[in-house]
Amino acid sequence: MTVMMDTGNRIAAKAAVMAKPEVVAAYPITPQTTLVEAIAEYVARGEYTGEYICVESEHSAMCACIGASAAGSRTFTATSSHGLLLMHEMLHWAALARLPVVMCNINRVIGPGWNIWVDENDSISQRDTGWIQFYCSSNQEIFDTVIQAFKLAEHEKVVLPVMVNLNAFILSHTSMPAEIPDQHVVDEYLGKYVPKWKLDIDNPTTFGNIIGPVHYYKVRRAMQDAQLNAKKLIPQIAKEWSKLSGYFHGDLLEYYKCDGAEHILLSMGAIGAESKIAIDELQKAGQKIGLARVRVIRPFPTEEIIKLGKQADLVVIDRNISVGLEGALFTEVKAALYGESDAKATGFIAGLGGKDVTYKDIETMCRKSMKGKAKEQEWYGVEE
Amino acid sequence: MGHLHFELREGIIVSSKSLVEICFHGRGGQGAVTAANLLAAAALQDGNKGVQAFPLFGAERRGAPVRAFARISGDEIHLRSEIYNPDIVIVLDESIMDIVDVLKGVKDDGKILINTRKKPNDFEFSKKYHVATVDATSIALKYNILVGGMPVVNTPILGSVPKILDRVTLQSIQNVIQGKWSGKKELGERNVKATQDAFDQTEVNF
Repeated sequence: MTVMMDTGNRIAAKAAVMAKPEVVAAYPITPQTTLVEAIAEYVARGEYTGEYICVESEHSAMCACIGASAAGSRTFTATSSHGLLLMHEMLHWAALARLPVVMCNINRVIGPGWNIWVDENDSISQRDTGWIQFYCSSNQEIFDTVIQAFKLAEHEKVVLPVMVNLNAFILSHTSMPAEIPDQHVVDEYLGKYVPKWKLDIDNPTTFGNIIGPVHYYKVRRAMQDAQLNAKKLIPQIAKEWSKLSGYFHGDLLEYYKCDGAEHILLSMGAIGAESKIAIDELQKAGQKIGLARVRVIRPFPTEEIIKLGKQADLVVIDRNISVGLEGALFTEVKAALYGESDAKATGFIAGLGGKDVTYKDIETMCRKSMKGKAKEQEWYGVEE
Repeated sequence: MGHLHFELREGIIVSSKSLVEICFHGRGGQGAVTAANLLAAAALQDGNKGVQAFPLFGAERRGAPVRAFARISGDEIHLRSEIYNPDIVIVLDESIMDIVDVLKGVKDDGKILINTRKKPNDFEFSKKYHVATVDATSIALKYNILVGGMPVVNTPILGSVPKILDRVTLQSIQNVIQGKWSGKKELGERNVKATQDAFDQTEVNF
């Protein structure tokens, strides 16, 4: 075991290389660039010996991963923002073709106006593609989640692509320490990827051919079942990894000081880490509030949210907006509660465009909500 | 920034767990981000469990004022927001002070470390703040630490930090510098010597 003091991007690259994908295909985009550059350095040093394909666009990157994965290879890519959006068609394809591609997405604002800072609208707008989606809050969690993502994606009860999200700059370009296990630990945990089916010239079969309504319906149902299987497997896979690595960052959610809480804050990504300080401060001041940091939004942790709704009123912070409605997590939390709990839920939009969100900001939102002074949905910190 | 892989030094106990926030001011290309990274890595070696280093997010331009940040804590750091009230300000380029208010938000008991030929008491604000000075530019020139013909002060000035912050040792700073330049040993050694000179030549008003 060594300690690696480096940026989220470079730690993600380390995890990806240690998972030994046979194929990496990627196209650079700020702020993902240093991640794929780091993989290129591993290639240059002879430490990554898989196929590293520099393609001409993100659409092609995902196509290359789809082809390689269909041929039975473990595959990895990384992108961000407009790059992710350019992949959109192929994201659906990878999921419908049931290909366990693993991808890091660096959450960056969508333009115009042109902006390279953090918000989560890029990945949030890909929720319906069938990809499993994780959101990380520290560099250690990035490392551990990328490793677990391969395990989950390739699990015979899942076989779906997995997206590991890390916030632009706040995680991608911030150096924090991460413990890196020895290679054999990762090798033993992941094993070799053995696909149930693949493109094979010795056993010719066709994939993605025309199918009628009856069978297509079954394909969609099977995807849904696979996502629900993933929901059961994520805690198990996280626990197995924690036994080897010593690190557990939560399963679908990470609970922080929720015992006896009458309000529970739900947040994601880097705001999820900063929220812990806000909870500490609020509890010191006698407030009964805890935190449930949402790590996975697909599959959506419906049962866990219902449980929280039976315990407490909920405060939701979204670093995204479904324009014309509200923050996406807020909508989904309320949908989960429907008919199950009469908990009050208030939603805040915060930190769009990379606007800094401090623990004091989070405290302010929580206090307003706890006092019953917040509207059902509010924008926090928009300067007039 | 190259990979910094290392084993933690054994037997080191950090006496304080409190959070120290550090802001580097420099110009694009002077290596403020590298300095923040190296300092955080050194602090980790010294047993501070929580360390963090990050640039001012966004695009950098050579010569334009830039900032970089480091946090050092005895515990895991959950902060992900920017630093608004630094405990320590490190100025790599004195001329920045004409155009940037480097004292903005500094805590009342804050410390300012400046690369300059002047002495701490030459600065008006030394009446209010702890000020440390070192002529890191001359040290960089002495050891021929240059990029594109320009002296690079980011590593030499790190040698002054243990003089104003007891949470990080010169030994660890030199270790991480040697680790970073492990492929260019001779350059690494010149950088290490520069930190020793900086340590020895740092002057403080407190």
